[in-house]
Formats: sequence, C-alpha cells, structure tokens
Amino acid sequence: MGDPETRTTGVAQAMDQQRVIRPYGDTTGDGRVQVSFTLPVPSGTEAERALGEGAALQLAAKMGLDPAMVVHAKAIGPDFTFFIVYGRVSHLVDLSAVTVAEREFPVLPSAEVNLRIRAALGRKLAVVGACVGTDAHTVGIDAILNVKGHAGEKGLEYYREIRVVNMGAQVAIPALVSRAVAERADAVLVSQVVTQRDAHLFNARALGEAFRDVRPRPLLVVGGPRFDPSAAGALGVDKIFGRGTTPREVASYLVHALAPEPAGAHTEPASAGTGRAGARA
Amino acid sequence: MTAKLGLDPAKVIEARELARRAGEPVTRMARTHTTVSIERAVLRLAGLDGADADGMPWVNRLTDAVREAAGLEHGVALPAWDAMLAGGHPDLRALAEQAAAGQVKFRIPDGRDAVAAREAAARSVQAGLAKIDAQRALRARMITDIADPPKPWIYLIVATGDIYEDIPQAQAAAREGADVIAVIRSTGQSLLDYVPEGATREGYAGTYATRENFRLMRAALDDVSRELGRYVRLTNYASGLCMPESAALAGLERLDLMLNDCMYGIIFRDINPVRTFIDQRFSRQVHARAGIVINTGEDNYLTTADAVGAAHTVVVSQLLNEYFAREAGLEDWQLGLGHAFEINPAVPDSFLLELAHAQLVRELFPDAPLKYMPPTKHMTGNVFAGYLLDAFFNLCGFMTGQSILLVGMMTEGIHTPFLADRDLALENVRYVRQAAGRLGESFRPEPDGFVARRARLVLDEAVDLLRRICAGGLLQAIADGTFGVTKRPPAGGRGLDGVIERAGGYFNPAIVALEGGV
Repeated sequence: MGDPETRTTGVAQAMDQQRVIRPYGDTTGDGRVQVSFTLPVPSGTEAERALGEGAALQLAAKMGLDPAMVVHAKAIGPDFTFFIVYGRVSHLVDLSAVTVAEREFPVLPSAEVNLRIRAALGRKLAVVGACVGTDAHTVGIDAILNVKGHAGEKGLEYYREIRVVNMGAQVAIPALVSRAVAERADAVLVSQVVTQRDAHLFNARALGEAFRDVRPRPLLVVGGPRFDPSAAGALGVDKIFGRGTTPREVASYLVHALAPEPAGAHTEPASAGTGRAGARA
Repeated sequence: MTAKLGLDPAKVIEARELARRAGEPVTRMARTHTTVSIERAVLRLAGLDGADADGMPWVNRLTDAVREAAGLEHGVALPAWDAMLAGGHPDLRALAEQAAAGQVKFRIPDGRDAVAAREAAARSVQAGLAKIDAQRALRARMITDIADPPKPWIYLIVATGDIYEDIPQAQAAAREGADVIAVIRSTGQSLLDYVPEGATREGYAGTYATRENFRLMRAALDDVSRELGRYVRLTNYASGLCMPESAALAGLERLDLMLNDCMYGIIFRDINPVRTFIDQRFSRQVHARAGIVINTGEDNYLTTADAVGAAHTVVVSQLLNEYFAREAGLEDWQLGLGHAFEINPAVPDSFLLELAHAQLVRELFPDAPLKYMPPTKHMTGNVFAGYLLDAFFNLCGFMTGQSILLVGMMTEGIHTPFLADRDLALENVRYVRQAAGRLGESFRPEPDGFVARRARLVLDEAVDLLRRICAGGLLQAIADGTFGVTKRPPAGGRGLDGVIERAGGYFNPAIVALEGGV
C-alpha cells in the first residue's frame, strides 16, 4: 500500500472506493464467477438430469450464486455428474478486512535459493540430515532431502548450492554431532515420527544439548508430524517444522537464516508470486 | 514404422555399441555378486510367504539368520535347504520360524549333502517359476479371449493408500477408458528393505505394494476386463531396495507392467549404485520369464534437469536400459522405455522440439512399447492452460506413435486428481485420438528442417556423452552427476551392506533356471 499523502486526492478516493469489491466478469461489479464440481447423482434419464441440475443450482445458491446457470452437465460413470456453473455472487469482498498470514521468511523459487547461497556464502550450504534415536521412519527426512522430494517439489539434493548428507535412520546423536562437525554443516535436519513416550521431544532436547558447545554451532532444524512449531525455543533448537512441510519451505528457511540478503537488495515483491507454495501460505 | 528423420544408421549402431561397452563392466559385477533381496526373492519363488508378529517377512528372518550363521556368499539356498533336509522341517515357513528363534544351525554343505540341498532347492523354486509360467499363459489366453486394446494404451494412476478404495477407483478408471492401471506405492516404500505383507489400508500418498494387494487388484481388473471386453493391464513398481522380490511377486500375481529402471533408484532415491545394478539384473530376468513389460524412468531426468539441454541424457539412459534389459533376457516388446513432454512451453518452438525428441525415440527403438509421460514441471496451477498443454502432449504422442500414454491431469501438482479431473483428461485424449489419431501417417518432417535437425543433434549429443561414459566407466559417470544432476558415488547410498560377492560355489536355483530357460 502506498502512502495516501503522497498521492493526489482523486487517486486516494478511487482506492478507497475499491476497498469493497466484487468479482469482475465483463463489467465492474457484475460479480460473475465460474465454478465446477461433481455431485454423486446419476444422469441417465431425463428425470435424473433434471434432478441433478436442480441439485447443482441449489448448491450454487447456497454458495451465494444468484442467479446461477448450469452451462454444462455430464455423466461420469453411472453414479456421478459433473457440472460447470456460471453465476453472480452476492458477496462483497472488504479489502480492509483481508488478513494476510504472517510468515517470518518468504518461500523462494529454487533458482533464487541457489542465488542467495552463492551470493551470501560463496560456497555450497552444507546440510546433514538424519532420523535420530530408535526412529526408523525416514519418510519425512527423505521427502525433504531426496531429489524425488515431496508434494511436487524436489528435495534439497536438487538445489545446486546445497550439499546434502543424509545419514538415514536410527542415527545416534553423538554420531550426528561428529558427522556435522566433519562436514562443516551449516544446518542439521532431524526428523522424528515416533512419538511413543514423547520420544520426539526427548530426542529434540537431546539434539539441542549435544550441539550446545559445538562451535560454530550449525542451525538445528527439527521436523515431524507431532511437533508444535512454536516450541523450538523450549526444546533448544532453532526451528521446528510440522506436518505438510515442503522441501522448498525448508530451503527458504535455511536461506533466510543462513544466507541473508545483501543490504540494499530488495526481492520481495518479485518473489511473492513466483511459487505456488508461496501463494498457498 | 516409417523412418522420417534421416538418422545415420552408422550413428545408431555406434550408439548401441557404446551403450553395450558402458554396460558390460556393470553386468560382470552383477554376475559376480548377489544381494539380500535377490536371496529373499529365491525364497519367495520357493513359496515362503507371511511375516512374524512384528510384520517382518519370514524371507527376511530366514535370510538374515542364514547370513549371520553361514554368510550369503554361497547363496541362501544351499544352507537353507541343507538345514531343511537335516532338520526334517516340513516347509520353509517352519524352518524360518525355527531359525528366527535361533534353533537352526546353518552350514555350507558339501559332497552328497550339497547335491541333495541343490536338488531340493531347485524343485521348490521350479514350483514358483511354474506358477509364473502359468500366469503368463493365463494372460495370453485372456487377451485372446477378451481382446487386446489398440495402442497407445491409456495409462492412469490410482493412489488412495487404501487397497479397498483403490479397487473401485481402478475399475471406474477402466470403465472410463484406461487400458493400464498403475497403483502408486506409498511414499518411501522403495527405501524399505522388506516387502510389507497383506492387504493394506494406510499409505502415504500411495498404497503399499504387497503380494495380497497385487492379487486383489489383479482379480478386480480381471472382472472389469471381462465386463468391458478388453484386457486391462496392471502396473506396479520393481524399484528400490526390494526390486528382485517385487519382480517375483509381480510374476506370481500376474502384474502386466512394472516400473523398472536401471538407474532411477540411484539417482532419485540415493540407493547404492552397486546394489541397484545387481538387483535390476535379477529383477529383469524374472520379468523376462513372466512376460512383463518394464517401464523405465527417463521421464524423471527431465523433471530435475532442463528438458532441452538434457534431452540427450534421456536417450543415453534409454540405450543403457535397452542394453541391460536385453542382456537380462527381455525382448524388445517388453521394453517400455520412458520419456516425457517436459519442455517449458515458454521456449520458442517448444512443440517442435517435443516432436523431434518423441520421433527420435520412436525411430531409435522401433519395436519397444514406448511410455510417454505428460507435462508435470510446467503445470502451473492454471488448469485451463494445463488442459491445453495436455492436449498438445496427446497430439505429440499420437503423431509420433507412442505406445503407452500416461494421461496428463490439468490439476497436476495441485491435488490427487478429482473424479472430474480424470474424466476431463480422458475426454482430452479421446478428442485428440478421434480428431488426429492418424496424423502420424501424414507427418513428414522436412529432411533438413528444424525437427529433423534437432533430432539428429540430440542423437549426436547422446553419442558424445556415451563416449565420455565409456572412457571413465558408468559408475564414475553416475558419481559425477551425469544423470538427473545428482552425484552418486559407488560406495554411497542405501543398501550397500546388502551386497555380497559370490563365492566359487555360489548357488542360486532361480538364476540357474532363468538363465537356462528351465
């Protein structure tokens, strides 16, 4: 948002008027939208088709589309029908009431992650990953580290400027510490799936303690489905990722924490819309 | 198939010769080593199924017990069947249970005992191979009775995590037009050093590949094949640490296609290169016997590397996959070599480049049932643009005579396809097939036009790369990051501890039978 005082009054007024908006079809304020969905209704007979169309219109009305028009209905197998509906939404969008989820770091495309590492470190960023303790569930750490990746995103190995050492499952914490030191790790990633008797919390604390006197201390990142992302400080680690974390989020965090932007650079507006993960957040 | 690109036949011969030279040292290594998974596959072929109370399969328990007591340098069969005969165990399951309880002494028998153990093992494994042969014959009979769908086969993916949800979805997909159903495995299964047991209802982004899940799905597809009057094929994965066992189970349960790449696990899953090459040879020997069509994974390279700049690495990998497959006994009709439509649509002439690549692969491998993969990397979330891109992919597939067409989803990368996504995707395929299915016969690229020149350039680049690989060795090339950008040294990755050098008296009744054709 610009500073209204630096703008002419007319523009400020126009912006004010636009704080309440509707979808735009072909005329300002017409509120026209398109939705498509499938209903579990058959579409074999005339009567079934009429019932299906009525059902689609009822759903559209409940979604706030009034008037609505079913422009396409097609049977998918014997039990389902697919609909495309156009309509006018009655809802207004109040821009002043839009809340934007705060994220401490922007999610960057892989090229930018690589660029930032090169610029800030002048070498590859070293990451050592493991499942520690008795945990043999490498699904999480592998989803983040393996090239194969997760949720349509390549893992950290894919990033040219990140060097990954994946120690695999059931790694003893002292072994992790010595490997991290030997590899001059910038970050240590640990995933914990098993939560019996709070093993994940115990192990996370043990990790923090084991690295307490290591200098330089690598960034400690823990992930797993049952962690509370806000508990990093309490567990003595730098960052906790919860369920559904993607490799790009982790890479972006590593860059945020370890490869800060050079002063004066300003990439935020350019990077804001570059990735779907960013848009989803 | 008509040659359209004016490829230099001498160049094509040279490319194959280089691939053979690059692959031969690896084949020698595979012939002189075994792995825990190959030995477990022998036990599976001999009929050992089931798992202990913790879900660990008996084949693992028995193989581990033999390895600990007598080593696996001679193979699992000699010590296992020797112990069977000596201890009077009624079957392998009883032996495995006793062995797991520490009640069995294993040794490497010699003299008459060795002969007896070899004969008993060979008989048991022969029974498993006979089942595979019977399944292959049954497939042939069903195809004759029911009818084989014309190519390209339309390939659709099912992946709910629950086999009992997968079944109705797979049947619905077949009714909507799918000729091949692939059940995606649970994330990370390739890294398990055992094959889970039984019917499973929980998986991460896929369904566990188990023998029982194979059986349930094949039976369901048999039903729908009869209903539809065309044989619907089933695909799963022989990849990861249990590649040989997956192949054996696929043969026993009449799967029709198997994802089986010579390098995929190395590059994308950080599985040890040595382990992978040894496992893939045995798994391909089993696939050859079972009449299974393998699908290789070259499409994956293009999801990590640039689809224009790395196009020749796809060809190199295809040539290597072809060499390894033929060496293992697979015939050309079983080589579903993979490639993909992954060029950035913003690149000028991107469709012409795709045409050149697809036609090149078609001409290099005229008898292979090529598997063509739809765009994934440049599916942006704009489902409308994605639908258009998929239509161009379908057009390229029909124009260049691809054999297995994976159906592209406009919602790729957004969610597991909705019912409607799949229906719209199939409508796209049907439209292109009906409107332009025969366009290939009228497609004659100018001999020195953009498409033909591009194809020849990619072949030249592939030959150059193969020369470099031959100079330093394939394992070194993989270590250097030649494929899919990742560097994988021969001593790195998972599963190397499961590789064993064969001793002089190594005995594997399955390999004897598979290589001897008995």
